[in-house]
Amino acid sequence: MTAILDFDFMRRALVAAALVGLIAPLIGVFLVQRRLALLGDGMGHVALTGVGLAFLLGTAPIPTAMATAVLGAFLIEFIRYRSRTAGDVALALLFYGGIAGGVLFASLAPGRASSSLNAYLFGSLSTVAQGDLLALGALCLGVVAVVAVLGRELFAVSLDPDVAAVQGIRVRLMSTLMAVLAAVVVVVGMRVVGLLLVSAIMIVPVAAAQQVTRSFRATAVLAIILGLLASLTGLVTSFYVEVPPGPTIVLVALASFAILAAIAVPVRRRRREAT
Amino acid sequence: MTHEHHRHDEPDAEVVVDVDRLCVEFDGEHVLEDVDLSVRAGEFVALLGPNGSGKTTLVRTILGLQPYDHGHVRLFGAPLSRFGSWHRVALVPQRLPGASSIPVSVWETVMSGLISPKRRWRWFSRAERAAATEALHDVGLWSRRHDRLDNLSGGQQRRVLIARALASGADLLVMDEPTAGVDAEHVGRLTSLLSQLHDRGVTIIVVTHELTGITDLVTHAVVLGPDQRRSVVYDGPPPIPVDLSDHVHHHESPSGEAPNAVGLGT
Repeated sequence: MTAILDFDFMRRALVAAALVGLIAPLIGVFLVQRRLALLGDGMGHVALTGVGLAFLLGTAPIPTAMATAVLGAFLIEFIRYRSRTAGDVALALLFYGGIAGGVLFASLAPGRASSSLNAYLFGSLSTVAQGDLLALGALCLGVVAVVAVLGRELFAVSLDPDVAAVQGIRVRLMSTLMAVLAAVVVVVGMRVVGLLLVSAIMIVPVAAAQQVTRSFRATAVLAIILGLLASLTGLVTSFYVEVPPGPTIVLVALASFAILAAIAVPVRRRRREAT
Repeated sequence: MTHEHHRHDEPDAEVVVDVDRLCVEFDGEHVLEDVDLSVRAGEFVALLGPNGSGKTTLVRTILGLQPYDHGHVRLFGAPLSRFGSWHRVALVPQRLPGASSIPVSVWETVMSGLISPKRRWRWFSRAERAAATEALHDVGLWSRRHDRLDNLSGGQQRRVLIARALASGADLLVMDEPTAGVDAEHVGRLTSLLSQLHDRGVTIIVVTHELTGITDLVTHAVVLGPDQRRSVVYDGPPPIPVDLSDHVHHHESPSGEAPNAVGLGT
């Protein structure tokens, strides 16, 4: 462990992994509740266009990806609102467009851009720069602050949008906000976990936690703990085994799901017998 | 309960819902045509009609969930566009979709009725938590507060959703098919709960296919017309005329859809 901390880039990667392990399940729990588990996936694809664009224009990847993903969030909410029946097809088009645009722009970019796209797809230990940490930290702080203030309203909208609207909650605003929060998580996670797998850190810890919990709050807390554990263990493992961190983190998270699911089956059976 | 006690038989009781010549169109087709409806405080209204008669659209419009083309809708005397006392109104759905995808406890469900932009910058107060506690005692499910909502029976879940509405202090409850999918044993508990609320002066509007279980409670029946007219064909005290009750019961599933599937949310 001390060996890892001797490397500056690993210290930065660990901080970045901790940040995404914390906020991804925090937003994921709302997405799963609203049955939008794949929204994060879509945001990742859209953000890829931002990364490709950054390569092409020579701009900084994080702000460019952030701008593209937030734009995508608004577009997704607009499509979801406008086309009720074919909504998922429209979203699929947007997602494919996002990934195709990303690869295309990166290929057009001068130099080694195309090969370094891999680092953004599956995560990398060495790409977190000192300046990035400040930006990632600020974004995380923003996400936590928004959830602290508006989390209850997001929860009510996820329970039932119509019922929430009758309570005076602004449903469309909250839905858009949820998509924007997912976009922020995607950008925070793209360095370490990668854009193709970052949404797994939003969803898998939540799916694991809900095997053993009985309330929304407990699910959120346990999912955050599992998310943190998975991203830190996965990162350390990938350092020693020399594989990309994204897949390692996701496999650790999936292992936690398998373990909790195995525990939950007998627990649930006993609980059912007790009542 | 802090609100005033109104009797339904008082003709001068406050008009809670006032719908005047309401027209709603979907893609140029009339879903509701010239609908008038007046509900006074303390009434127990059954809104009846077959599928496609527009009863769901009517309540969605009253609740501000559905834009309308002509006519007027007033809640507690205020035009819908300027109505701000949403804490007085509660929609009681058949189920909460979000409570089956993530575990949500009974307590969390009831507290969710208190969420509002007005409470955005503060924690729930002691009084608000006490209201939720009282509401759960009222529906007889306080002992189940730590359970997952979807581990309860259909009838118990319905009572939790009523407690949710009560905790928010609402005195107008709009209920979607309150007895659908509830087994006979629990229908009894549910109707006695509704009867208690009615005695307290809570205004209740029930959207339903059938009056089974609640016939004795209804003080005001409204039947929406056949598919061609989509207007009110009966508005008065129960029982509804025999020819209309045939119409309500026999034509309920033109699309072969199960009655339970007629949610307000779709």
